[in-house]
Amino acid sequence: MGGIRTAGDLVARMQLRKMRLPEAKRHVADKLGLGTKELSDSTIMRQLREQLDIGVITGVPGSAKGIEAKVRIEQLLGITINSVQRLRDKSGAALEPVRSE
Amino acid sequence: MAKISTRMGDGYAVELTADELRRDLAEGTEAAANRAKIPPLDSNEIDYLFDIFAYQGRIAGVQPGNEVVLTKDGCANTLYGGQMSSGVGVPLAREQGIRVMERVFGFDTMEVGHPDYSFKPAKALVALEQMCMEQALIDCVVPLFYGAMPNMGLYFRPDGPFANPADLLPRGQIEEARETQAEAAEALRRDMVNMATSMAAVGADGIDFDTTASAGDAEFLATLQAVEELSDTTDLAIEVGMATELVLGFHGELEYKGTRLAGLWPHQQVKLVEQAGAHIFGPVSTTNTSKSAPWNVSRAVTFVKECSRVATIPIHANVGMGVGGVPTSEVQPSDVVTRAGVALVEIGRADGL
Repeated sequence: MGGIRTAGDLVARMQLRKMRLPEAKRHVADKLGLGTKELSDSTIMRQLREQLDIGVITGVPGSAKGIEAKVRIEQLLGITINSVQRLRDKSGAALEPVRSE
Repeated sequence: MAKISTRMGDGYAVELTADELRRDLAEGTEAAANRAKIPPLDSNEIDYLFDIFAYQGRIAGVQPGNEVVLTKDGCANTLYGGQMSSGVGVPLAREQGIRVMERVFGFDTMEVGHPDYSFKPAKALVALEQMCMEQALIDCVVPLFYGAMPNMGLYFRPDGPFANPADLLPRGQIEEARETQAEAAEALRRDMVNMATSMAAVGADGIDFDTTASAGDAEFLATLQAVEELSDTTDLAIEVGMATELVLGFHGELEYKGTRLAGLWPHQQVKLVEQAGAHIFGPVSTTNTSKSAPWNVSRAVTFVKECSRVATIPIHANVGMGVGGVPTSEVQPSDVVTRAGVALVEIGRADGL
């Protein structure tokens, strides 16, 4: 589908939960507010991925990278991602910002 | 109509008349249907396959909206590997290669895999494999599998500790051959569970059992048992890709949940893989090099279509060198690879490749 050029990684994550292709595309499209055909549109997805800060294909300073993007993808899709869970476990707390007095 | 340029199953170019193309497509689907006792493609599907091959553009593609997810065996190994794995010998570390595959080639998923890509040699290096996985998980956005082949052949002498059934069977030692396969299968099962559990411990998204049942029904049983245990004890997504279309009965009497494993076809394999708890299944159709690419694609699509029809989990059809209708040639011709992909998705209803 194009991976992080489009929404390929997001649809793949739903297939990893045993969803067949139409269901997986529908789930991701609903979460993104798109039609399923637009999930493979690199122009639409490039802008939307930056707006949601879920990782973009080009090198953009300040944009979420790697595990940072996956924290947001977890929230977007409503799933648990194993490596993000590990980050929570290793950080010893939920990924909430620490507020100073 | 002018002659249609396509290829044979060994990759060499061939020209077919329209009648020859239609004959090959019909014979390819009948070959699969007769062997696996499944429905052949109907006339509309044959017409669509004809159009895919009659179109003389350099490459073909699915219609917009029909794109599918790609999982891949080996992944970055293809970049730094050698000829044996169709590798291109680029001096990149695996972690770099994985990022190239994600960010340059736009892959939907990626894998960490040992260069030998089998569980047995990888298990001694499990700590290194875990550290590569840990780093890649920090760097990557796409889902990451650990991938390896069960490759039970490595457990037999001279490569492994168990008596080789290929030595015993010609001597008529049937029971001894069965016993040694059962012992090797148990050792293989333990290795696969240990490796996969180690990957789950560092946060991998999934495990890919690639080229499953290459050594026949005992290897398939070991993999199904490993899948069952891992689906109960880990959060890994489990992909099972097969070695060929038919489970060979080197043992012959092994069963999983009451179903005899020898002689199973893709639409039957997937039901056992589902019962074991896997998340994705990869059916295979091995290319016949003496037949044309249209014959091979038509045969592959027939297997995949029935497999997809009965499946409840995503189907990622194997399509690459020597499988899925693609010629058995080191440098794969894009004209056939892309046509096979279109056919497997738009007629075979594959959820991925």
